[in-house]
Amino acid sequence: MNQAEKETYLREYSILKNEGKPFFPYAVAKDSIMAAIVIFVIMFLSLMFGAELGPKADPTTTTYVPRPDWYFFFLFEVLRVMKNVPVFTPMATIGVPTICMILLFLLPFYDRSPERRIERRPVALSAAIFTIAAMAYLTYSGANTGSPNSVDMKPPANLTAAQKQTFTAGALVVGQSGCLACHVIGSNGNNGPGPPLTKIGSKLPPAAIASTLVNPTAPMPSFKSLAQQTPQKFQNLVGFLSLLQ
Amino acid sequence: MPRLPAPPLPKVLQPKPPRPGDEENGNVLSPVEAGITVVDWLDERTSLSPGLRWLLWRKVPRGINWAYTLGSATLFAFLSQAVTGVFLAMYYRPDPAGGAYESMRYINDDVFLGKFVHGMHKWGASVMVILIFLHMGRVFLYGAYKYPRELTWIIGVTLLILTLMMGFTGYLLPFDQKAYWASVVGVNINSGGPFIGPFLSDFLRAGPEFGATTLSRFYAIHMLLIPGAIIALIGLHLYLVTKLGITAPPWIKVDNGSEPDLVQRTEA
Repeated sequence: MNQAEKETYLREYSILKNEGKPFFPYAVAKDSIMAAIVIFVIMFLSLMFGAELGPKADPTTTTYVPRPDWYFFFLFEVLRVMKNVPVFTPMATIGVPTICMILLFLLPFYDRSPERRIERRPVALSAAIFTIAAMAYLTYSGANTGSPNSVDMKPPANLTAAQKQTFTAGALVVGQSGCLACHVIGSNGNNGPGPPLTKIGSKLPPAAIASTLVNPTAPMPSFKSLAQQTPQKFQNLVGFLSLLQ
Repeated sequence: MPRLPAPPLPKVLQPKPPRPGDEENGNVLSPVEAGITVVDWLDERTSLSPGLRWLLWRKVPRGINWAYTLGSATLFAFLSQAVTGVFLAMYYRPDPAGGAYESMRYINDDVFLGKFVHGMHKWGASVMVILIFLHMGRVFLYGAYKYPRELTWIIGVTLLILTLMMGFTGYLLPFDQKAYWASVVGVNINSGGPFIGPFLSDFLRAGPEFGATTLSRFYAIHMLLIPGAIIALIGLHLYLVTKLGITAPPWIKVDNGSEPDLVQRTEA
């Protein structure tokens, strides 16, 4: 805005302000109604959803899935998507948000046109729509991301009903046992230190899988106790792994 | 028309002058007069009334709609957070060895209305975040951040970031699994940041690892450092809003016939 535009704005604004009403009581009345709505919504949310405590913090667990509050889901989602490209991880989680923050701070300094009506500011309007859409999409997909401790893979179509049942039950055991901390299965899990298990059934027969689970190579923990205490779970686990082909 | 003097009352109807020794009712002030006296006493010493008049009896431009209440609604949500936070702080212990979790359990299970106040604080945070984003959206769409209100915008963005930081630091305090691991991951993300990232993470954790003093550090940041900054910046934000005036909706047209009120201009 140049000096003439600034003076025009101030002149027009002072006319509009002069034609307006006093802040008290007119604007204060609206603000008070809004404040009442806000406090009722907060109380309603508190009564409806409460504030349950989860299990006590345990720094020694390794399988707990961290989840932020919903308004950080977008950041969480960026991190998750970029996790598999280590070069981009700091770029995605801190670089992009930092740049967005700086752009937000400096907005009045690079958007210097005197136009204020949004329908005549196409760049601002499209930037706003893009930002809202991106935030909404990232928040939505961040909220719906499955736990990294579960296998998203669907049972192959050519299995019998009994095999499908084993597949589903075994996938659950894999999730509970924390296998995905070191192995990749389909689109889930970490690549290493263990080998990928996506096609393990085509490489090892079920008996070899079972003996590897009981007598593994370090640092993998042994599943001997699982085989002794709940043989059904162990059978499901072996069955699931041998069906990965 | 000049008024004629009232005719003199007959002697029996005239009020009697107080007799010496009677109770002197004439010196007792009415409640209204007493109030005025108190206000005058305060004003004589503080000279606050011009400031209040400046704040409350300023004009807002015509065409103001409900979207303009979002800023004050955010302020109100912050006040609600402050009040519920004070009550939670009366029972909370920032002790990572189990005391923090136990004190939250005590608030939820045993304190009168404890769970309700805890819930209000928890959900109030979400409501405040939603309101602050809506308020920012209104300011953006109305072009209200443009001249002469650039500084108000910058302070507002700072308030937005501080509010998100309140959400982040408050999330750890219940010290359950969710709180703990989300904070570990959050601080780790922070350490990947450019230039100040590692230092900021060390500051948050009180050292290179998540340790015994991390929780009390988060607690101090959550209830002393950031709220202090937020209150100061809200004050500045409101001062600028009052000084510069609330923007008119951009579609409101100025009547070409009317002239600006020059007295108002020089005063503001």
